[in-house]
Amino acid sequence: MNVIALSPMDLSLAALLVIALAALTSRVGMGLSRSLLVSATRTVVQLLLIGLVLKTLFEHAALHWVAGMAAVMLLVAGREVVARQGRRFTGWWAYGIGTLAMFVSAFTATVFALTVIIGPAPWWEPQYAIPLLGMLLGNTMTGIALGLDRLTQSAWQQRRVIEGRLILGQTWTEAIQDIRREAARSGLMPIINAMAAAGIVSLPGMMTGQIMAGTPPMEAVKYQILVMFLITAGTGFGTLGAIWLGSRRLFDERERLRLDRLKLG
Amino acid sequence: MNEFRTPERHPAPVLMDDSPDTPLLLEIQQLRTPQIGPLDLSLHAGEVVQVAGPSGAGKSLLLRAITDLDRNEGQIRLEGHPRHTFSGAGWRRRVGYLPADPAWWADTVGEHLQSGDEHWLEALGFTPDVRTWTVDRLSSGERQRLALVRVLQNRPRVLLLDEPTANLDPDNTRTMERLIRDYLRESDAAALWVSHDADQRSRLGGRLFTMENGRLTESNG
Repeated sequence: MNVIALSPMDLSLAALLVIALAALTSRVGMGLSRSLLVSATRTVVQLLLIGLVLKTLFEHAALHWVAGMAAVMLLVAGREVVARQGRRFTGWWAYGIGTLAMFVSAFTATVFALTVIIGPAPWWEPQYAIPLLGMLLGNTMTGIALGLDRLTQSAWQQRRVIEGRLILGQTWTEAIQDIRREAARSGLMPIINAMAAAGIVSLPGMMTGQIMAGTPPMEAVKYQILVMFLITAGTGFGTLGAIWLGSRRLFDERERLRLDRLKLG
Repeated sequence: MNEFRTPERHPAPVLMDDSPDTPLLLEIQQLRTPQIGPLDLSLHAGEVVQVAGPSGAGKSLLLRAITDLDRNEGQIRLEGHPRHTFSGAGWRRRVGYLPADPAWWADTVGEHLQSGDEHWLEALGFTPDVRTWTVDRLSSGERQRLALVRVLQNRPRVLLLDEPTANLDPDNTRTMERLIRDYLRESDAAALWVSHDADQRSRLGGRLFTMENGRLTESNG
């Protein structure tokens, strides 16, 4: 591929822009310069590290290394879901619900794309598997975090309504259905908006990257469409699954609302 | 009903109190939550049993435990059937709990009511177009009366009433008392009625219990 290689000098010039911005914010006393510089440094270090990891992974392409990498990504994403909950489930449920839903949906979508659609040889070819899984996990994580957070916050705030419906003899599913619908909405809205705006408001990053790397635009567009659909399915099924598991956990076998299973995050 | 028990070893409880001579409807044994009990109570068909007591004594917690909204231990039977043989929802349809401050979630009154049963709405002074009213505009008294209709529409066998007339004027209070009385008589149902109003207690009659520190004691008169 005909990529123009970037020298450390090129990156330093771009870094000067960030440093200039930090200097300006510090001068006008906005108190952002420190976090700007820290985040910029983190970007450099983290991306260089993952670059090294991927380089090694590509050179020693073996299924168990790819699987190990995928497992680390999943566990970190699971932790991230927990960190974004205002009220989280007690015990292992906080971690388990999000991670299980992400595992089932993001991994299924990735494996499906690799084996049935793209078909590299071998199917777990890291050059395809890791970026795909990364994009799917990242988006699924956001959807699940938003959906679960909305579910538990609403259940907490609307406990009177939920119990009011239970005492009239509604089942737990009926009593929570409105809240479940809202939670699914807030989990799926970002990806629905992204699909609607793609190409008009924003040029998706993956497609842009491929074009800059020399891929013909129509090929890049097709990949982008594929990835959008995979992300939508992964996020959608993952969010719905997490909301189902979470709402089930909010009730016990006697269909009582069990807010004692939540704690402040 | 207790076909597993032999009469010799477990004689039917002798009713030392003035329980009515009608079939046993709800039988509560050793009901306990972290805050209340253990307590025993039985309700007979057609009967009103009243519960009085200072606020914070656990009266609402008692009703919540009976309707299985809070975790609790103990045996409860409805017409001889243990509570665990019903689903949570099925139990709450038969043991209808009317809290002091019932919740409304949809925009209009009609969305909270089942169709039919216009006679109850009329008896409580509403015209049929009440179904189109928005909930926001209801007064607290209107909410209380409509909440009663809402719970009666499940045709509960037992009513658990938490100060159902607290926000009503004397006329509406009497109407509501009469309506509940009529329902209990027509359906052979029973009610556990929490009331703070001494006049109401003497109007309603029946057995009176006092709740204090989570315990029930039967009062005389």
